[in-house]
Amino acid sequence: MRVGLFIPCYIDQFYPEVGIATYELLVKLGYNVTAPMSATCCGQPMANSGFEDEAKKVYHHFVDDFSEFDVIVMPSGSCTMHVKEHYTNIEQSKNVRHVRKNTYDLVEFLRKHGLKKLPKVTFKTTVALHTGCHSLRGLGIGQPSELFGAPTSALRQILSHVKGLKFVDLDRPDECCGFGGTFAVTQEAISVKMGQDKVADVKRTGAEILVSNDMSCLMHIEGILRKQGDNVKIMHIAQILNM
Amino acid sequence: MFARTSNVCPNIKCLPEHQVFVRTSNVCPNVKCSPDQKNKKMTSHPKNAEAFIENTDRVDWHDAALWHVRQKRDMAVNTVPEWEKLRDVAAQIKAHTLANLRAYLLDFEQNAMANGVEVHWAKDAEAHNQIVLGILKRSNVKKVVKSKSMLTEECGLNAFLESQDFEITDTDLGERIIQMRQEPPSHIVLPAIHIKKEEVGDLFRKELGAELGNNDPTYLTNQARIHLREKFMECDAAITGVNFGVVETGEVVVCTNEGNADLGVHLAPIVIHSMGIEKLVPRSKDLAVFIRLLARSATGQPITIYTSHHKKPAKGAEKHIVLVDNGRSGRLKMEKHRSSLQCIRCGACMNTCPIYRRSGGHSYHFTIPGPIGSILAPTTDLKKYSDLPFASTLCGSCGDVCPVKIDIPNQLYLWRQEIAEAGALEGKRKSMKAASKLLASPRLYRNFGRLMTMGLRFMPKFLMVNRYNIWTKGRELPKPPKQSFKDWYKKNHK
Repeated sequence: MRVGLFIPCYIDQFYPEVGIATYELLVKLGYNVTAPMSATCCGQPMANSGFEDEAKKVYHHFVDDFSEFDVIVMPSGSCTMHVKEHYTNIEQSKNVRHVRKNTYDLVEFLRKHGLKKLPKVTFKTTVALHTGCHSLRGLGIGQPSELFGAPTSALRQILSHVKGLKFVDLDRPDECCGFGGTFAVTQEAISVKMGQDKVADVKRTGAEILVSNDMSCLMHIEGILRKQGDNVKIMHIAQILNM
Repeated sequence: MFARTSNVCPNIKCLPEHQVFVRTSNVCPNVKCSPDQKNKKMTSHPKNAEAFIENTDRVDWHDAALWHVRQKRDMAVNTVPEWEKLRDVAAQIKAHTLANLRAYLLDFEQNAMANGVEVHWAKDAEAHNQIVLGILKRSNVKKVVKSKSMLTEECGLNAFLESQDFEITDTDLGERIIQMRQEPPSHIVLPAIHIKKEEVGDLFRKELGAELGNNDPTYLTNQARIHLREKFMECDAAITGVNFGVVETGEVVVCTNEGNADLGVHLAPIVIHSMGIEKLVPRSKDLAVFIRLLARSATGQPITIYTSHHKKPAKGAEKHIVLVDNGRSGRLKMEKHRSSLQCIRCGACMNTCPIYRRSGGHSYHFTIPGPIGSILAPTTDLKKYSDLPFASTLCGSCGDVCPVKIDIPNQLYLWRQEIAEAGALEGKRKSMKAASKLLASPRLYRNFGRLMTMGLRFMPKFLMVNRYNIWTKGRELPKPPKQSFKDWYKKNHK
C-alpha cells in the first residue's frame, strides 16, 4: 500500500517533530510512505472563514499532490474532515473522489490497519487525553458524551497498547478547546477563555502530559500553558507511539 | 454597543441597574429602547462576548450552571435506549410536515374552527400584534397575563401592548424577572439564567417590597407567587405560546413547569394562543415522539410538569389561535436552510455550546441566541447578523444534542459561505485571496514558511508580542524549530 503522508502547514513549520514521528511510525508499520514536497495546506482556513471559492485552488493543488497514492494519512483530524466533507464545490473527478474516499486521520488509519502491528513502547507517565472535535464528531473516531451510550475514546484504545501509561479523566473530556482555526483570532476572548478552562481541567487531574491527535488544538493549548507558566507538557499521539 | 466607554444608555427611561448590563453586554437591555438607539453603533458577538468575559466569576458561574443542565440532559437521554431512533423519527416527522405545510395548516384551521376556536393568520409581527390588539379592544380588555412565548418576544408584543396602554404581565417566573428588569430573555427556556439570586432579591425588594437581603430562592419564589396571583385574579385575557399544534385534533399543546399558562387559560374569559406556522405535527401519535424528546433535551426532565392540550373554549369564553408567518414561509423556500424550521425550541444547543456558555445569550443580539439563533438570524437579515455564524468553533456538539437533528454545524458553515458571497466580509477577501495564492504555490509557501520561522527565531520579542498580534494576548507563539518537517524529510528520505 502506497501511503501519501500529508503534513499540514502549521505542523511542517512549527511542530516538525510531530511530522517526523508520524512518518517514522508509518514506516515502522511497514508502509511505503512518501511525503510530497509540494504539499501545502488542505484549504480549511479560507473555507471556514466563508471563502470556499478562494479555497478551490488549494483543493486542486492538494488533489494533484495526493491522487497517486492508495491512501492519504495525516496527523490531523480537522484537515482530514475538511478533505472528506468539504471538497464538494470542485468537480468530482475520479481523482477528487479517490482522494476524498481514501484520506485518513492517523488515529483512524491505525485503528483500521495498524493496531496489531503497533511497536512495543513503554512510557511511564500520567496522561490526559483530548480528541479534536472534528475527529470526534466529524469523523466519528470515538463517541462524544452527548450521544446515547457510554462515551468512547479512540485515543485511549490505541494508547492502551503503551506500557506504563496512566490515564486520568478530564471533567469535560470532549469540551472544545477553543482553537477553531481563525476563531482563535476573530473571537480571541472566548477562544482564550475556552483554552484556559481546558488547561484548568487538565491541571485538576494532575496529568503530566496532555495527548491529542490534533496538533492545532495542542498549539493553542500549549500557547496558554506557556503564557500561564504551567509545566504540563503536550504531545501528539504519534510522538508516544513512535518512542 | 453604544456607551461602552461611558456605560450610559442614551435612553432616559433606562433604569440605573441597566448600567451594569450595558457594561457587560454592550447592548442596552431596555426593551423600550427604540431600534435606532439600539443600532446607534453596530454590535457584534466578539465584542459583546469580550465584555461578558471580563467578569470571570460571572462567566464561570454561567458556564457551570448551563453545563449542569447539559449533564442532567445526558442522564435523562441515557434512560431512553431508543433515543437516537427517536431523534431520527422526529426529524422525519418535521421534514414531512414542513414539506406539506400548506395542506396541514389548512386542515389545522378547519379542525380548530370545528372546536369553536377563532383562527387568525398573521403574515408578520405587526399583523400579529394588530390581531391581538383587535381581540383585546373588542372586549374592552385592560389587563393581560402571558405565559412563556419566544414568538411574542420576536413580535415585540409586550412593548406594543404597553404603548397601547394595556397592562401585560409575564407569568413565567424567569420571564417576570426579566420583564421587571426590562431586558430580553438570554435563553429560550431559562430566560433569566444570566441573573444571580442576589440580583433577584434586590429586584424584588424594589419592585415587590421583599425583605432586604433575603435571597432564599423559596422565599423569593413565594414573593413572586403572591404578586402573580394578584395579576391572575385581575386579568381579562390570557396569551400563551404554543409548543405544538396537532393537525388531526385542531388542539394546541403548551408545555410548562409552573402551570402558569394553565392558570391564565382557565381564569381568563379571552384566551389567545400565538403560534408560529412551523409548530404543527400531523397526528397525536406524532406528538408523543416530541413530548418524549422535548423536556429531556431541555432540562433533563422526563416530561414537563404540565403538558396541557388546549382544544375548545370554556363555556362563555373565547379562544383564539393566531398563526404567525413572520419570515417562516420565506425560510421554507430557502432549500439549503429550511431545516432550521424543525426547531422545537428546547435550548439544548445553547446548554451544550461552549461559546454560548461563555458569552451569554445577550451577546447574540437576536431574539433566539446560541447556535440555533446563529442560523435563524441570517434568514432575517444577512448583513446585520453576519457575525453570528462565526460565533462557533464548529465543534459539532449542537448538532449532536439537537432532538430534531438540525444540521446546525453544517448550517453555520453554509451561512459563512453565503455571507462572504453577499459581500459582507469584503475586508477579508484580499487576505483570503493572498492566502489562497500562497497555499496553492509550493514555492511561495516555502519562502513564506522560512520567513515566518526566521521571524520567530530572530525577531525581538516586542515585534512579535504586541497589541497588533491578537494571538499573543492570551497565548505564547510556538517555539520556532531549527528546521521544518520538509527540511528534515529532504535530508533523511532517500
